[in-house]
Amino acid sequence: MTKTIQRVSATTLVVYSVAAIATIILAVCVGAVSVPASEVLHSIGWHLKVPYMSRTVGMNDIIIWQLRLPRVILAFVVGSMLASAGATYQGTFRNPLADPYLLGVSAGAGLGATFAIVSGSNVSHALIPVASFLGAMGAVALTYTLGRSGMSGRMSASLVLAGVAVANLLTAIQTLIQQQHNDKIREVYSWVLGTLNTSGWSDVQMVAPYVAVSTFMLFRYRRVLDVFSVGDDEATTLGLPVERVRAIVIVAATLGTAAAVSVTGLIGFVGIIVPHALRLLVGNGYRVLIPLSIVGGGIFLVCADLIARTALAPTEIPIGIVTALIGAPFFLYILGSRRTGAQA
Amino acid sequence: MTTLNIAELSVSIDGRNLVNDVSFSLSVGQWLCIIGPNGAGKSTMLKAIAGICKSTGRMVIDDNDLRQLNERERACWIAYVPQEPILPTGMRVFDYVLLGRTAHLNLLASESTKDLEVAEMVLTELALEDFRDRDVATLSGGERQRVTIARALAQASPFILLDEPTTALDVGYQQEVLELIDRLRREQKIAVITTMHDLTVSGLYPDRLMLLSDGRVVSDGPASEVLTVTNINEHYGAEVQIIDNDGRPIVVPIRTVQK
Repeated sequence: MTKTIQRVSATTLVVYSVAAIATIILAVCVGAVSVPASEVLHSIGWHLKVPYMSRTVGMNDIIIWQLRLPRVILAFVVGSMLASAGATYQGTFRNPLADPYLLGVSAGAGLGATFAIVSGSNVSHALIPVASFLGAMGAVALTYTLGRSGMSGRMSASLVLAGVAVANLLTAIQTLIQQQHNDKIREVYSWVLGTLNTSGWSDVQMVAPYVAVSTFMLFRYRRVLDVFSVGDDEATTLGLPVERVRAIVIVAATLGTAAAVSVTGLIGFVGIIVPHALRLLVGNGYRVLIPLSIVGGGIFLVCADLIARTALAPTEIPIGIVTALIGAPFFLYILGSRRTGAQA
Repeated sequence: MTTLNIAELSVSIDGRNLVNDVSFSLSVGQWLCIIGPNGAGKSTMLKAIAGICKSTGRMVIDDNDLRQLNERERACWIAYVPQEPILPTGMRVFDYVLLGRTAHLNLLASESTKDLEVAEMVLTELALEDFRDRDVATLSGGERQRVTIARALAQASPFILLDEPTTALDVGYQQEVLELIDRLRREQKIAVITTMHDLTVSGLYPDRLMLLSDGRVVSDGPASEVLTVTNINEHYGAEVQIIDNDGRPIVVPIRTVQK
């Protein structure tokens, strides 16, 4: 009996889960002060009230539970979100270059954050996440409204074009504001490059619910994403309510991405590189691609963050630069090895 | 008997009337072939019936007004294969055929055993078992056409619209695909609407031809009535000779410039 439906096999699931947990533990161990893995396990276990786990005392417990774990978890959650949103957009728009920022999330968030930063007061500083979240949601809403009223019938193309227009417009406004507040340029710039420098668990608590809902929705729609691969017209004649599903998926992806971006700034590349690397490894079927993107995106960003904070320690490299620097060659490597493999 | 009734179907895009006031009815088991010169509106008409192109007029199957149906309900009645179907790189033939079951599934549901069985049956029916794990993007012209027809069959709709199913194929594959369509519509009680370029071939299998010119039906009926020297001259601007082959007209172009 040959394989029937493409699904994530039990083996793959175990391998990816183990890899995820191992990566998370490794990332907590490594840093300015190294902590042994056993201590990490005990500390996390004790905080999660797992029986027979003993409490780690002193600095190490603070390092593990207050400093590193929240940051690592945040990296994982944000990576999951960006990768699965990227994969979903590539599917619904049938565009391999689509990423989570396709419809203007990044430009909207950037504008919102810039507003909050230049306003200057302490209150507005705390409002950076809120402002960028609202900016991101607003930008996508604008893109969607413009794209819908655009060319009739060619919705996906007009949405992408509207996204480009909105992103450019908002970026222009952001640059204008930035130029008028020279003293804040550094701060804006560092937000744009993205950072996972967290303040304990509060960021995770803020982002995780949105990401959980979003990735769950995208996961639920994974089969339907395969139907999009024959194009809007054929998908419609196959019985798929194309516009409705696309709208649902956009709302889900936008909600999670906006929440992620509002806390970490603009981390590029994850949404393109992780899904494409996985495509080369496991194929284009979304039933496999979406779950693996959720796990793989998390692993990828945890690793990238580990490099960001250790490679040039004590200086921290902006995470967005790391994702681009390790992402691009990694991607080319997989592309190359896959090609030679396919010829054999 | 399940019958599709089309009345005063018109399509107008940017003020141009691409399809004008077309009416016909078609019952399961029948094969209607739409012919006409390039730009006559053949493909547009199929798209209108498939529901992916705005149109006016009545489209009813038995008591079901197609315009009142949602995508899923409509897809249960009508399957459609465009002239150049998109075959996604990396998708297995089996998964591609399984896409035909979309209309029978809830949005968030997975395929049931029955859906898998239908896809399996269709593959067997079309002698595609050996292809089930092949990447659809690597198939040859004839194989592609069979696989897209397989997807349409898996949809299990009583009406199948095929836009130029044989245009890209050599004569051997053409015959294979046409014989296949002919067999399926008789055995499985499916109504077929195709468009076609080859006039002689269009007179061979379908029960009925409809000649479209500038979006209007200018001739409609059995091949012997539609494929006439005057019709072809007037609407295709071609000089031809018709050879009668037992009631099946053979259309032969005449060389107009003398040696």
